[in-house]
Amino acid sequence: MYREDFPMFKQDYIYLDNGATTFKPQIVIDAITDYYCNYSANAHRGDYSISYKVDLEYEGARKKVAEFINADINEVVFNSGSTEGLNTIVSGFFDNLVDPGDEIIISKSEHASNVLPWFRLANKHNLKIVYVPLDANLHITLEGIKSVITSNTKVIALAETTNVVGDIRPIKAICEYAHKNNIFVVVDGAQSTPHKETDVKDSDVDFLVFSGHKMCGPTGIGVLYGKKELLEELDPLILGGGMNESFDSEKEIYLKDIPQRLEAGTPNIAGAIGLGAAIDYLQNIGMDNISIYEQKLKNYLVSKLLEIEHIKIINEEAGSGIVAFNIEGIFSQDVAYYLNKYNVCVRAGNHCAKILKSVTGVKNTVRVSLYFYNTYEEIDSLIELLMDKEKILKEMI
Amino acid sequence: MNTELKRQIMLDNYSNPFHKETKDKDYIKTNANNISCIDDINLFLKIENDIIIDAYFDGEACAISTSSTSIMLKNIINKNINDVKEYINNFENMIYEKEYNKDILKEALVYDEIYKQENRKTCATLPYEALKKAIAKN
Ligand SMILES: Cc1ncc(COP(=O)(O)O)c(C=O)c1O
Repeated sequence: MYREDFPMFKQDYIYLDNGATTFKPQIVIDAITDYYCNYSANAHRGDYSISYKVDLEYEGARKKVAEFINADINEVVFNSGSTEGLNTIVSGFFDNLVDPGDEIIISKSEHASNVLPWFRLANKHNLKIVYVPLDANLHITLEGIKSVITSNTKVIALAETTNVVGDIRPIKAICEYAHKNNIFVVVDGAQSTPHKETDVKDSDVDFLVFSGHKMCGPTGIGVLYGKKELLEELDPLILGGGMNESFDSEKEIYLKDIPQRLEAGTPNIAGAIGLGAAIDYLQNIGMDNISIYEQKLKNYLVSKLLEIEHIKIINEEAGSGIVAFNIEGIFSQDVAYYLNKYNVCVRAGNHCAKILKSVTGVKNTVRVSLYFYNTYEEIDSLIELLMDKEKILKEMI
Repeated sequence: MNTELKRQIMLDNYSNPFHKETKDKDYIKTNANNISCIDDINLFLKIENDIIIDAYFDGEACAISTSSTSIMLKNIINKNINDVKEYINNFENMIYEKEYNKDILKEALVYDEIYKQENRKTCATLPYEALKKAIAKN
């Protein structure tokens, strides 16, 4: 199903690295090409008709994003992706807000993009980084969060779904508890928004970021969501055209309203339009259908892997379509090289979660990350290839 | 050397690497890693009077990198720095499909066909990057 929508599947790949990025359906490619071929003008210059069309399409994409995550349209800021979004939140919002001694709660399974900006902030303002305890399955519970909250806790920043363990965090419950204690919640949606229903009003998150390329959209486009009153307080990190109302020679600057204030310079117009098309595509399938299917497929994969003696799964219990494992005595990258000989694409390594090894003792893993276009047949082919350890040892070099 | 023998030599050096042990401050320590993979190797060299009198390594790396490091160490211990430089040149020439002297490469000849796998050339040359850094540090 759906596979005929994706030009990449004309080649014979078994693509199991969707946590890194996803394939693009033809309609996304067409939307981008249509912009470049038929109305290739700049945005916010509505003096002539093709530029007016750009505004309609660009702002139309913003509306699609807003509906997709149940936000208001002016709460959606386009940027280059999750990494930029997290940096903007840390340096544009929290940098002005924190005091020495404040505490920031993250976890040891966060992606580097949700760790390093906080480290820098902590070093600059003398803050404390506090790690939520992970349970035996490496998951986070509300109880675990409660156990590390103190009167100094300023913000909890977590991925909704982590990119190695693949656990889905109880974001709504965390927000409810955090807000009662005047704590902000920042959510990294890079691995969740592409795979499950996201509703910022229901979960009540303060900030959310995600990346277009991990949800069938183009590279170089992403979204920063923030509650209106918080975005109003967010200092733009980049100043220039498109974000100011006026300025004079006395160095007075008057900024535009959000979200334009936070989108200096010519935006990634093609990217936003492509992301809009990707959202239409995903909505058409239905986010619930996507998560249900991925979960079934993942359960099937896990049950098959469990039958193979030389395989050790790190995250059997994860609620997402991410499975990390190792083959006894074989370096993960050698497994990936071996699978590549059969056009099977998986990722080996620490997956940017470099502090996770201090909890698991496992530094590198092979990671399979599924999407709705993966099939049971692909899983069977993978299992077939992993079954015979001698064959792997023989063919990995 | 046939492919099967080459593979066996690599696997032997991977499973039972030569001088895989962490060394202390008496040794020159250098690291090699590369952006496209997760290999991460530390090299420990002891150089006296321009002779590499001792060499070890540690770290986590794939079968090609690990075996290549193991073989490299066997080939450089008790060698004069200039000979080692000559050896490095020859090894790199082999990997990059240029003229090279087979005689001085010994076991390292098992990588003479690695150019056929573009994405694994950097695995084979990884320890040589660390070795070059160590020599420059000396
Ligand atoms: C959990 C998580 N956060 C953040 C990112 C960063 O996303 P991007 O590289 O698109 O900015 C990733 C991507 O790998 C991720 O998996």
